[in-house]
Amino acid sequence: MKVGIALREAHDAETELAAELLRVGERHKADHDVFHLTRTLSTWCDRHVKRLAEQAARYDVDLDADAVEEQESRGLLARLREKGSELAGRRPESGVLLLRDMRELHLAAARASLAWTALGQGAQAVSDTELLGVVSACHPETIRTMKWTVHKVKEASPQVLAS
Amino acid sequence: MPDRIADPWGPRTPFARGAEWPERVDGFLEEGVTEEDVEAWVPTASILHSNGDAMDIAVKDGRIVGVRGRAQSRVNHGRLGPKDLYGWQANNSPDRLTRPLIRRGGELVETDWDTAMEAMVARSRELLDEQGPSAFGIYTTGQLFLEEYYTLAVVGRAGLRTNHIDGNTRLCTATAAEALKETYACDGQPGSYSDVDHCDVLFLVGHNVAETQVVLWARMLDRLEGPDRPKLIVVDPRATEPAKRADVHLAVRNGTNLALLNAILHELIAAGHVDHAFVDAHTIGFDDLAEQVEPCTPEWAAEICGVEADDIRLAARILGTHDRILSTCLQGVYQSHQATAAAVQVNNVNLLRGALGRPGAGILQMNGQPTAQNTRECGANGDLPGFRNWQNDDHVTELAEVWNVEPSSIPHYGPPTHAMQIFRYAEEGSIRFLWISGTNPAVSLPELDRIRSILAREDLFVVVQDLFLTETAELADLVLPAATWGEKEGTFTNADRTVHHSDKAVDPPGEARPDLDIFLDYARRMDFRDKDGAPLVKWHDAASAYAAWQACSAGRPCDYTSFSYDALRAGDERQWGGERLYTDLKFWATPDECESYGKDMVTGTPVEPDEYRALNPEGKAMLKGAEYLPPAEPPDEAHPLRLNTGRTVYHFHTRTKTARAPQLQAAAPDVWVELSEADAAQLGIAEGDVVDVIAPRGRVRGPARITGAREGVVFVPFHYGYWDRDGGDHDRAANELTITQWDAASKQPIFKTAACRVEKVS
Repeated sequence: MKVGIALREAHDAETELAAELLRVGERHKADHDVFHLTRTLSTWCDRHVKRLAEQAARYDVDLDADAVEEQESRGLLARLREKGSELAGRRPESGVLLLRDMRELHLAAARASLAWTALGQGAQAVSDTELLGVVSACHPETIRTMKWTVHKVKEASPQVLAS
Repeated sequence: MPDRIADPWGPRTPFARGAEWPERVDGFLEEGVTEEDVEAWVPTASILHSNGDAMDIAVKDGRIVGVRGRAQSRVNHGRLGPKDLYGWQANNSPDRLTRPLIRRGGELVETDWDTAMEAMVARSRELLDEQGPSAFGIYTTGQLFLEEYYTLAVVGRAGLRTNHIDGNTRLCTATAAEALKETYACDGQPGSYSDVDHCDVLFLVGHNVAETQVVLWARMLDRLEGPDRPKLIVVDPRATEPAKRADVHLAVRNGTNLALLNAILHELIAAGHVDHAFVDAHTIGFDDLAEQVEPCTPEWAAEICGVEADDIRLAARILGTHDRILSTCLQGVYQSHQATAAAVQVNNVNLLRGALGRPGAGILQMNGQPTAQNTRECGANGDLPGFRNWQNDDHVTELAEVWNVEPSSIPHYGPPTHAMQIFRYAEEGSIRFLWISGTNPAVSLPELDRIRSILAREDLFVVVQDLFLTETAELADLVLPAATWGEKEGTFTNADRTVHHSDKAVDPPGEARPDLDIFLDYARRMDFRDKDGAPLVKWHDAASAYAAWQACSAGRPCDYTSFSYDALRAGDERQWGGERLYTDLKFWATPDECESYGKDMVTGTPVEPDEYRALNPEGKAMLKGAEYLPPAEPPDEAHPLRLNTGRTVYHFHTRTKTARAPQLQAAAPDVWVELSEADAAQLGIAEGDVVDVIAPRGRVRGPARITGAREGVVFVPFHYGYWDRDGGDHDRAANELTITQWDAASKQPIFKTAACRVEKVS
């Protein structure tokens, strides 16, 4: 049984998604919508990672429940760069950068979403209702993050490209 | 007349449930003038708040000399508030703008209209050639007339073809509209002021009605002092007048409304107070909502909100055991953290109780400004005219037919740009022409240092259309002097959908022109055309603009076709949609009709058409839950207090008019800082001590007032700016302190949740 592998993949993908969210937020501090929302969404990743870690023992894997929080504290250093990003954010090129960053964020969310899909299928195949409950609670939130990245590209690109 | 500064609400006229609210005619004439001296009484309604109180302007020798309430109006039965009684004096103020101003060599200098309009048109053409429609931003207000908004919407959306049009209604009423769209898939005020006459519970959430809608509060007071007194539940961190009279006052920490409301919903469900027959027949989403609020016990919320769990239970029990519930919301919800999600939970309370569409059972998602309703209806905010859905191609095609343009020439490839994003684009340098009418963002938007730096940008051409040289006008490249209420004619609609005509009583001062004339002049000079080469804007005055709007509104919820301009002008008043919307519990929510498919209330992502079609094919009301999240800037060691900003009964907005009315100005001449007794004691601050309120973005200085506010909360009124003060620092406007952040769904800025500290100035 390789459900443990899927657990680890979901855990790692959510941790990476959180890192990407925080990184993008820091780079676009002058875009307040992006800055505040990426921080909120990273708390979802934190919750997901903790719930995955709770399941890990039953599958003999060891997952770090605090992986996202550690990302955040590492992010403190990066935050020192925020003032720089705020200034850079007052130029038109910041829009192009935003589109590029949203693409990366979308890919990270898609990776996490697929990891949840695989884990959910695995949970059903081994009849693990508890694990399936975790997937059902968390996966929709990752999908919401992914949809937001698409929306943000849709919303931002007309102005970025036409101006 | 009694002193209406000392007693803003005037004498009581108590009445019983279901009885007629007695008349009480209020009026004020300038000294030395009696009713016999008045040469004409010209019908209009209030322009200094959203209540829409009907009144007549008194005219003598070509001047406005006073006002009198209209007894026959369903809205006010003759009553007026202090801003109506005294505010008209600003019209006669000697510092009105009377000539256009243009920036030359860094200074604003007087010019003539032709030069001003040609400068505006020349810059517009230059930018259209160079960059196209994306260079243009239009930022209007909630204080013009319907015909003006509609004209501006056509000029912007089909003339300039920009998607960047919004009003300062974004700051006041965007969440009301969004919450209605989330629940009913369409804007439109469900309730009516007459619900006050019939209700047995008043549930005021973040709505200090005593100061924002004086006459509506007088109506509530008359019920509260009459037989069959309704129960009163108030959610407000401050000890407001309504809070003092409440059966339950829930003085929550600002920023925690959603936690409280989720607990109330939890209790309604847990105690079996849900009207399941109503919920099953008319709503979707109950199971998801129940799951969402299942863990939200009163104890859980009590911890977050800083209120007693038993008070939450008591409030829920009152709501759960009465049938005629009138719930209202205003800025305490709309300008606070998780605004839309919280306003939607108030809608949910009424839906779970089946309290909708009946006398006394309804919702008033209030407006802040007198004509904000029209900004929303006419598409001068972030929506298409007539509550049309930008994601629905049929709606856009219909609009294109009304305007006789190609659908592709109306931008609808993304959500219409909201005000904060318009300023963001200007900050990035991609919006280079910003046309501001009837509003003062240099005082009213959050984080003013940032706003001033945007307005001052070399590459941004700023046009300001206003009555006075406001703080914003001082930063403009072009200033256009506008006529105001009493000097021009048109119609407008209040917060309970009552439409009034406002007639011209006197001539505007100097060369000032009605906003409508300015918009029409611009359209003519720009030579905007429809697809057959005829002028795009086919009307020439308020009456013909109204007729054009009637055609645009036909068949939509806000349908104006059944009442004519002439009838309104003759003094008729009408509520579109009837006294109450949804009396038949049929909503404008079917996928083909709805204004909005809704949004994710945390991320703001719009729901896609196919998703909505699957979710709500029959067009029922939607019960949508949301998870409480902590605010973005919680108090910390450096900034341990919670900042709350708001208003006083004596002023409107940035005091552009009210500071020029002597009685109002004398009543509240300068900024102050409200502190709780406990916080004041801890900081060694006494009543009247000068203090600094310091946030990470700025500082405000004013005398302390020690009040019954909840501990940990500091209140600063937002009305005060800099035009009536000589020099000094930027330390008077509350928005020096506020954070640049907005609700994900309604895009309304968050003025009531930030961290600060208070220091005594030695």
